[in-house]
Amino acid sequence: MADKKSLGKEFSKGLIAENPVLRLVLGTCPTLAISTSVENSIGMGIAASFVLVCSNIVISALRKVIPSKVRIPAFVVIIAAFVSIVQMFVKAFAPALDASLGIYLPLIVVNCIILGRAEAFASKNPVLASTIDGIGMGVGFTFAISLMASIREFLGAGNLSLKVLGFGTNLTDIFNLGETDVLTAIGLEPILIFILAPGGFFCYGLLMACANKLAEMKGKPKAELKSCDSCPLATSCAIKIEGKECAK
Amino acid sequence: MTIAAIIFTAILTNNFILAKFLGICPFLGVSKKTGTAVGMSIAVIFVMVLATAVCFPVNILLVKNNMTYLQTLVFILVIAALVQFLEIVLKKYIKPLYNALGIYLPLITTNCAVLGVVALNIQENYTFIESITNSFGAGVGFMLAMIMFSGVRERLEGNDYPKFWEGLPITLVAAAITACSFLGFTGVVEGIFGA
Repeated sequence: MADKKSLGKEFSKGLIAENPVLRLVLGTCPTLAISTSVENSIGMGIAASFVLVCSNIVISALRKVIPSKVRIPAFVVIIAAFVSIVQMFVKAFAPALDASLGIYLPLIVVNCIILGRAEAFASKNPVLASTIDGIGMGVGFTFAISLMASIREFLGAGNLSLKVLGFGTNLTDIFNLGETDVLTAIGLEPILIFILAPGGFFCYGLLMACANKLAEMKGKPKAELKSCDSCPLATSCAIKIEGKECAK
Repeated sequence: MTIAAIIFTAILTNNFILAKFLGICPFLGVSKKTGTAVGMSIAVIFVMVLATAVCFPVNILLVKNNMTYLQTLVFILVIAALVQFLEIVLKKYIKPLYNALGIYLPLITTNCAVLGVVALNIQENYTFIESITNSFGAGVGFMLAMIMFSGVRERLEGNDYPKFWEGLPITLVAAAITACSFLGFTGVVEGIFGA
């Protein structure tokens, strides 16, 4: 497990091959809700990645201590503790981000990427591998959500807020446009619907179709809602046991 | 805001699935058949209202003791315990209801719609009655979107589109169009109730 090659693989699989958003179809709620601006997406990505890495480390370290019957509640408590830390941190140091993430910040607790990785990976693997897995998945999540946000923000608002935690700049500022957006400046109009709810669904569908096409060209299976494999509750889920379609 | 305005806002303009993106997993997972969509939605309404009723006094306690930073942790535990408790009670005393909803209950613990509605009620500073109303409305809105969308999905099946669009991508695009129809409700509630 400890050789460099396999650790590198743990990291890189989260980026593309097993990208949590585009390939494993996990964490859909924050992806759709937050991807209206690049700045918020990066903030969300960092917050979720922090929780993911920390909870992966703790859960992996405690994997032999936690009895398997109560593991899901135990995981949820660990994750919730780290989310509370992130919440306090963001409230104190990035109040603007706190305001724009709103209820989606505490909802990191129920982000299926985190519980899913805890159940599928961290509870079975040593600390180092789990850490790397967490970082890879976190980067993959941040990448996918920022990519989607850059499409939606550019088409919907004619701008790109290239900021990380308040540092950085806007695309409109780069071109010195003041109040006008980039699309208006070149004689077009922003497609407002892209930053509204339907644009989120559409953009996500489009990206997933592209990911499927790429996978198809490489001869890999297309993304599906493989909830039952990645779902943290699969073992206790009556629907799976009865062989019906999964509900989560 | 009046009770009627809250309920219509929750169902139509701020629909949990189509406007707030909460509970997307069951929306994509269970909406294939109308029957399962209805079962899941009823279970969600049930747990949402109950979780709100329990979390409201708990939150008062937390605010009183200056421990609001524990909200997330306490709420998720309360919801998890509540769902488990509900499952046991239903199994023991109300067997028919358990048979209908039981299989959906464990899945609701990690459904972001339930924690979301609790967090939302606190953010909006709703009173107890308003919170319950909002939760019920959000649940009904969830059900409306689920049932509508299960109809759309049944029509999608067997159509001919490129292979890489099959499955989730085309479902998401269909969801986008469904969400478009809900955009039409923007301003309706303000128009009727003058809120």
